[in-house]
Amino acid sequence: MKYGTEIVVLALATFAALVAVAMAQDVPFQQHVWILFFVLLGTVIVLMRNTTFAPRQDAAIPLRPHASAYMDGPVRYGTVATMFWGVVGFLVGVVVALQLAYPDLNIEPWFNFGRMRPLHTSAVVFAFGGNALIATSFYVVQRTCRARLFGGNLAWFVFWGYQLFIVMAATGYLLGITQSREYAEPEWYVDLWLTIVWVAYLLVFLGTIVRRKEPHIYVANWFYLSFIVTIAMLHVVNNLAMPVSIFGSKSYSLFSGVQDALTQWWYGHNAVGFFLTAGFLGMMYYFVPKQVNRPVYSYRLSIIHFWALIFLYIWAGPHHLHYTALPDWAQTLGMVFSVMLWMPSWGGMINGLMTLSGAWDKLRTDPIVRMMVLAIAFYGMSTFEGPMMSIKAVNSLSHYTDWTIGHVHSGALGWVGMITFGAVYFMVPKLWGRPRLYSLRLVTWHFWLATLGIVVYAAVMWVSGIQQGLMWREYDDQGFLVYSFAETVAAMYPYYVVRAIGGLLFLSGALVMAYNITMTILGYEREEEPIGGQLASPESVLKPAE
Amino acid sequence: MDYHVMREFADSWGLLFMMIFFLGAVLFVFRPGAKKQAEEAARIPLKDDCNE
Ligand code: HEM
Ligand code: HEM
Repeated sequence: MKYGTEIVVLALATFAALVAVAMAQDVPFQQHVWILFFVLLGTVIVLMRNTTFAPRQDAAIPLRPHASAYMDGPVRYGTVATMFWGVVGFLVGVVVALQLAYPDLNIEPWFNFGRMRPLHTSAVVFAFGGNALIATSFYVVQRTCRARLFGGNLAWFVFWGYQLFIVMAATGYLLGITQSREYAEPEWYVDLWLTIVWVAYLLVFLGTIVRRKEPHIYVANWFYLSFIVTIAMLHVVNNLAMPVSIFGSKSYSLFSGVQDALTQWWYGHNAVGFFLTAGFLGMMYYFVPKQVNRPVYSYRLSIIHFWALIFLYIWAGPHHLHYTALPDWAQTLGMVFSVMLWMPSWGGMINGLMTLSGAWDKLRTDPIVRMMVLAIAFYGMSTFEGPMMSIKAVNSLSHYTDWTIGHVHSGALGWVGMITFGAVYFMVPKLWGRPRLYSLRLVTWHFWLATLGIVVYAAVMWVSGIQQGLMWREYDDQGFLVYSFAETVAAMYPYYVVRAIGGLLFLSGALVMAYNITMTILGYEREEEPIGGQLASPESVLKPAE
Repeated sequence: MDYHVMREFADSWGLLFMMIFFLGAVLFVFRPGAKKQAEEAARIPLKDDCNE
């Protein structure tokens, strides 16, 4: 029977969710497991409608020819999921940006800023970024190891299990379930589920590396592997907590006070370092060489880049806790390591950019290369800005202000967003066997919409951040603060409006991309003049002069 | 094992271990013959595969 085990296991899980509904100790938990119940029930129904009771076919037939090739199903689904969650996450970003500008848009209780903000951060970081990382890591590891994914359907479990995690996390926030740890807001039961999925992910990835046919493990896989292993470690330690009841949504952290804060920012900073950086560097080290068709500038530099990042990033977390109860020496340690991080980061940036040496003309003719180069440039920019902000004197101005938000989004929109777009544009025609994208001209449109959006967003946040910081610390000659807090909030209004416009530009770029990708998958090709002013058809070049 | 013991271990043996590991990795990268190997490794993604 097709999907036999899946149906049985999911049906049991559905029943367990129903039991949890009956036993629930608090209302949010009950609402949350109702959602889980309906999601699982829906999945069971879909599977049952697609099942057949005919005996298994494939066992009778010897190895089919394509059975040895790569397993790209989960990669295809992951690519579509990346696109989908990207649009959702950017849309929620625009909504929270508008909520800050127009407080009337806070719709109580589910859609107020406090609940929508973690929805935004999780949707972009974990749903958009996470799906992109899972999909590209499966794509890259198979092709650089020349081996099929390990574990058969385990890769499918990773994909669907991760989507379930996203749905449970997102609905939980809207219901008001949170453990109030930034970027780790889901409560204990959702965390446990993610742990299971993540271990399966590690197994698939490591197993594929173990059975590789290529003797050397290509550097992209090192970055991906470090991302998977480190996130597993961070996730488990940061979420150590005691639930009040196994049928309740509330839990208490095992740490308290400043230890708790440090654990949280050890997690938070390495989520940046290993989720938003190392994983996407893996992407850079594969897709940039592929797209420009040249090997990476210096392979040896990439290995040093790797080890330097691994050893430095882990110590930089305390820069999020400057001027707090954290011991001074720890703050200084965080600052020193952050400043040192600048070097390997720029080493990586130079390595990425110089891969183009000898092929710079592609910048003009290939909008995908242009996207990747912009991503690397923003990687360089945010890893220059970060070390600067981690210096205590600078941080005393930037901390808690929109400057941080500007820094986040130059890294997030510029680096994470653009490198992902580039990788998706590269993969889609290959994954669906299309000769090319539906339209390269639309990629150019996407490029400019997104770039403009980022520039507007980041520039406006620098201005507002510095203004905010200066207003907060403005004393008059008698030692009184010049501005009340409400005045500094009111002064931000124009910036918040413009930021929302920047976000809207970025979002419209993503919509153009979604259209382009959809048309490519459906098998259309737009008839258009090639970029770079080449002549349209080879005949017209070859025509002899009369 | 309390906080101070762990801290002392971290800023002595722990630090030394990581320093040596890192320097070892760097030296390993620059050992004789590594350049050729690195150049081969860099070509891994470009070797065309059965179905892309
Ligand atoms: C359309 C694009 C986007 C818009 C309009 C947008 C808007 C926002 C807004 C308004 C906030 C809250 C700022 C505050 O509390 O003052 C925020 C926070 C955040 N966003 Fe975005 N965002 C966008 C895209 C992204 C992307 C693509 C990522 C990551 C890949 C991202 C990651 C984050 C993070 C990590 C935070 C929390 C920052 C912090 O706590 O310091 N955003 N965003
Ligand atoms: C060398 C590299 C980097 C260093 C040293 C660094 C340093 C910093 C510092 C000092 C802050 C402000 C902390 C505060 O005042 O609260 C910060 C915030 C942040 N950075 Fe970076 N940064 C780096 C690279 C990046 C990159 C590449 C990204 C994203 C892709 C990123 C994402 C973030 C995020 C999301 C926050 C906000 C955390 C929060 O919620 O408060 N950083 N970073």
